[in-house]
Amino acid sequence: MPTQTTITGSEADAHRRSAPEWSGFAPGGWQHAIDVRDFVQRNTVPYLGDETFLAEATARTKAVWSKLQPLFKEEIKKGVLDVDAKTPSSLTSHKPGYIDRANEVIVGLQTDAPFRRAIMPFGGLRMVESGLTAAGFQPDPIVHEIFTKYRKTHNDGVFDAYTPEIMACRRSHIVTGLPDAYGRGRIIGDYRRIALYGVDRLLDVKHAERALLDAKWPTDDVIREREELAEQMRALADLATMAASYGCDIKRPAANAREAVQWTYLGYLGAIKEANGAAMSIGRLSSFFDCYIERDLKSGVLDEAGAQELIDQLVQKLRIVRFLRTPDYDALFSGDPYWATECIGGVDLDGRPLVTRTSFRMLHTLTNLGPAPEPNLTVLWSQRLPDPFKRYCIRMSAATSSIQYENDDLMRPYWGDDYGIACCVSAMRIGKQMQFFGARVNLAKCLLYAINGGRDELSGDQVAPAALPVTGDILDYDDVRARFDGMMEWLARVYVHAMNCIHYMHDKYYYERLEMALHDSQILRTMAFGIAGLSVVADSLSAIKYAKVRPIRREDGLVVGYETSGEFPTYGNNDDRVDLLASELVSTFMSKVRKHPTYRGATHTQSVLTITSNVVYGKNTGDTPDGRKAGQPFAPGANPMHGRDSHGWLASCLSVAKLPYADAQDGISYTVSVAPSPNRREEEEKVEQAVKVIDAYCAQGGFHMNLNVLNRDTLLDAMEHPDKYPQLTIRVSGYAVNFVRLTREQQLDVISRTFHGQV
Amino acid sequence: MVEEAWARDRHALSRSLSPDAPDTVEYRDVAGDFGWIHSYETGSTVDGPGVRITLFVSGCLLRCQYCHNPDTWHLKDGRRISYDLAERALAAYAAPLRVMGGGLTISGGEPLLQPRFTRRLFAAAKGMGLHTALDTSGFLGARADDEYLQHVDLVLLDIKSWDPATYERITEQDVRPTLEFAERLARLGKPAWVRFVLVPGLSDDPANVAGLARFVAPMRNVEWVEVLPFHQMGAFKWKALGLEYKLADTPTPSPELVERVLGQFREAGCRAR
Repeated sequence: MPTQTTITGSEADAHRRSAPEWSGFAPGGWQHAIDVRDFVQRNTVPYLGDETFLAEATARTKAVWSKLQPLFKEEIKKGVLDVDAKTPSSLTSHKPGYIDRANEVIVGLQTDAPFRRAIMPFGGLRMVESGLTAAGFQPDPIVHEIFTKYRKTHNDGVFDAYTPEIMACRRSHIVTGLPDAYGRGRIIGDYRRIALYGVDRLLDVKHAERALLDAKWPTDDVIREREELAEQMRALADLATMAASYGCDIKRPAANAREAVQWTYLGYLGAIKEANGAAMSIGRLSSFFDCYIERDLKSGVLDEAGAQELIDQLVQKLRIVRFLRTPDYDALFSGDPYWATECIGGVDLDGRPLVTRTSFRMLHTLTNLGPAPEPNLTVLWSQRLPDPFKRYCIRMSAATSSIQYENDDLMRPYWGDDYGIACCVSAMRIGKQMQFFGARVNLAKCLLYAINGGRDELSGDQVAPAALPVTGDILDYDDVRARFDGMMEWLARVYVHAMNCIHYMHDKYYYERLEMALHDSQILRTMAFGIAGLSVVADSLSAIKYAKVRPIRREDGLVVGYETSGEFPTYGNNDDRVDLLASELVSTFMSKVRKHPTYRGATHTQSVLTITSNVVYGKNTGDTPDGRKAGQPFAPGANPMHGRDSHGWLASCLSVAKLPYADAQDGISYTVSVAPSPNRREEEEKVEQAVKVIDAYCAQGGFHMNLNVLNRDTLLDAMEHPDKYPQLTIRVSGYAVNFVRLTREQQLDVISRTFHGQV
Repeated sequence: MVEEAWARDRHALSRSLSPDAPDTVEYRDVAGDFGWIHSYETGSTVDGPGVRITLFVSGCLLRCQYCHNPDTWHLKDGRRISYDLAERALAAYAAPLRVMGGGLTISGGEPLLQPRFTRRLFAAAKGMGLHTALDTSGFLGARADDEYLQHVDLVLLDIKSWDPATYERITEQDVRPTLEFAERLARLGKPAWVRFVLVPGLSDDPANVAGLARFVAPMRNVEWVEVLPFHQMGAFKWKALGLEYKLADTPTPSPELVERVLGQFREAGCRAR
C-alpha cells in the first residue's frame, strides 16, 4: 500500500525541511510537524487597506460561469437534474468531470458531470431510494441487492440499537432530525494539509502513528483506532489516485498558488465524494491561500486578476456541490444546503488581525459571481479587525445579504485562532477536533409533556413515562416548573442514549475516512446536542408566572389548548424577568445532558440553532401557554418569537446576547432582518453605524448574527416570480438560503418576521 | 356614527382630558416622579446621531393632520410609569448605545408636556454618558428653561410650516411659540436639527418653504434641515382610533418635489438633507 519511495530517519527529515515547494516561506515548526496554524502565523501579513485593489472576474471565470447558468435555471424548475443511480460514490468511483475544460483553472467534480448527483448508500439505503424516487429516477436493483443482502448501512445499525422509547420519541417529533438515516457531517478535514505537505508526507505521519498504536495492547479502543487509521491511509492513497486522474500530483506539496487552491479543493472534493453530511464545511482557507498568492505576486508569476480567478473558480466549484436528498430532508433543512462554510478574518492570539487581501478576494466573489448562500461565508468578527475590512463586510452584506458574522472575541478563548465553523455556528479547531452532530430536541413539546404527564398533546400517546398530569384550573408556575424539570431530565437521558447509538454506528458503518485522515490522531470529540423552541418555552413560562394560563382539556383530560389572560414579559425585549428564564433554560438542559456519559468520551456541547426547521418543529407542536397556536412556527434559533420583540432590534439583540455561551458552546444563532434605510444619510455614515452595531452586539457577548438587508416588496415579488430571483439570498438562522427554494410556508414566515427598522 | 362622533370629540383640543381617564390618578407631572409614556423603541438611526433608544411619551397639544402617532395625543392613553422604572430601562441599554455613539431621544407626543419627568430622564442619560435629543414641536418651548436645555445635546425641532395660516391649518395651533423657541435656541447656540414634514398640497407651497429657509439660514446652531417626506404609514392608526383622516388621498411627495424643497433650503444657505 505505501505509495511512495520511503525515506527514513534523519535523511528524511532533512529532505522535508527543505521541500523545494516551500522556498520563500518563513521557516518554523510547521516544517517539522503537521501544523498549518504555525505556517499561517509565520507567513501571513495583515492587510490593513481597503478593497480598491480587487479585480473583476476574468474571461475564463466568466466563460465557466456562463456554462453553468442554464443549469442553475433548469434546476430551479426541475429540481434534481441528473443522478448516477448505479454507482455508490467513492473517491475513485467516477471519471474526472469538467464544466468547460479549457477555461477551468481549478478542476474537479463530484461525479463525471456537473449537477449529476451521486448516491451514497452507506449512510442509509432508504434515504437514497426515496431521494431517487422523489426526483423521478429509478433505484438500481443491483445497488439495492448489495445494500440489503451483503452490506449493512449506518441506518440499519442504528435501528438495531435503538430502544422502543427512542422510536416513540422520534415518532412524536420531540426529538427530530437525528443523523440516523443520513451522514452526520459537521466534520472539517484540514484540507490545507494536502497543499502544504502533500499526501506522501501525511502518509508518513500516519505510518508513524500506526507504529505507536501497534505497540499498544489491543483493547476495543485500540483495535478500532488501528482499523480507522488503516482506513485513513487507504483514503489518502485513493485521494492521490483521484487527483492524478485530474492531472494533479498531490503526493508532493503545492508549489504555487494555483496548486495550493487546487490541492486543497481536491481534498474537499474527496470528502464530498464520500460523505453526504448535513454540513460539509471547508474550514478557514483565505488567509492560508494568501501566503501562496503573495509569494507568487512577489515573484511576478501571478497578477491580481489571476489571484482573483483562483478564488472565483474555487467558489464556482463550491456553489455546485450537490447531494441527493429527500423532500422531507429538504423541508427540515430548508432547501438543499450543504454548508460549505468558509471562515474569514478573526485575529490571532496576539491580537494581530488575520485579515489578508485574500479575505477581501473571498468576499469579492459575491460581486464577481453574484450573491449566493454557498459557500457559507462567515466573518469572524473582532473589535480588532481593521476598519476598512469591517466596512467592506458591511457594504457586501448590504448588497448581498450573504455574510454571517460570528464573535471571534468570544470564541478565541475557547478555540484558539485556527478554528473553523462547521455548519453555521459550531466552532472547532481545524484538524484537531470533530463533532458528533446531534440535531435537536423540541423543548416546547417537552414543556407540554410535563403538563400532560408525558402524553403527546397531538396524538395523545404516552411517550414519556407516565406521570400525573397537571390538575387545577390555572397553571401554577412552581408546579409546572418542577414537572418540567423532571421531564427535561428524562428527555436529556433519552437524547444522549440515542446519540450514543447513532455515532457508534456511524463510526462503524460510515466512517469519514478521508476527513479523519486530515485530522491529528489524538483529537477532541464533542457531542453536540441542540434545543429548539427556546423562545416559546421562555415566553410560556413567563405567561404562567406573570399572567393567568388556563389549560383547556379535552374529554379524556388531555390538555390541548391554553387560555392566557393578562400581560407577561416576552423574550426579546431586554427584560430580565423573562430573559433570565431563557438563559436558565439553556444552562439547565445542558447540565442535564452532561449527566450522561457519551460515546468515545465526547465532551457535551449544546446549540440554540434551528435553521428554518423552526417551521417543521412548529407544525408538529400543539398549542403552547404563550398563546402560540398549534402548527405555528417557532422562532428560528435563539430569536424571539415573531412580533413579540416590540422594542426594536437593539432590545432583541441584547436579550439574545444574554444567553450563556459557556453552556451553548455549539453556538447560538440569531437572525436580524433589516430593510434598507429610507433616509437620505450619507452611505458612509450608514456603514459606520452598522459597523458599530456589530461591535456593540459582540461587546455585549452576542455570539452570532445573520444580517439580512432586504425589503418586503422584494420578497413578495420573489414569491410570485421565482425565476426573476434565482439568486435572491436570505439569511436565516445561521445560514443563507435561496429564497426561491423555500416552501411557500417558509417564505411567508420569512416575510412575516419583523422587519426591524434601519441599520 | 355615534362612536365616531365620540372619538372626534374626545380628540378635540377643547377637551383637555380623555373622557375615559380615571380621576383618581394624579396626572399632573409635579415632581417628575412618574411619566406617561406610549412606548419605547430601540435601534433608530433617524432620531439623532448614532443608534438610539427613542422614548415616545404620550400627550400633545397639537393635532397635526399628518400626525403618524395620533395614539399619543392623550396623556392618559399612555402608560403611567415610575421615573425609577424608566431610568432602569434606559440603563439597560447604556453600554451598547455608548459603543454605537448614540443615545436617548425623547419624542412623542410632546416631551415638554411632561417637563419634569423628561428633564430628570435627560439628566440621568447625561450621567450615563449618553447623547440626548429632544424631539419637539417647540409649541411648549418656553417650558424648557435654560437649565432643562443643559441636559439636552440636540433639539430636533419640528417646524411644520412657516406661514401662520398653514401652520394653524396643519396643527390647530399658533406657530409663534415654535419660532420664538427656535430663536432662543439660536441665541443659546444649542445644536438643533430643524425638521420639515413635506406634505403635497399642504406644506409644499414655495413661498412657505422659502420663508422657513430664510428664517433658519442665519441660525448657526442649526446643523441640519431635514426634509421628511410625508408617508401614509400612520393612516391605520387614525382608522383604528375612529378619527377622520383628512390626508387619506394625499400622495407621498414625488422625488422631484423633495429635490425642489431641498434645493430651496440649500439655496438659502441651509445644510439640508
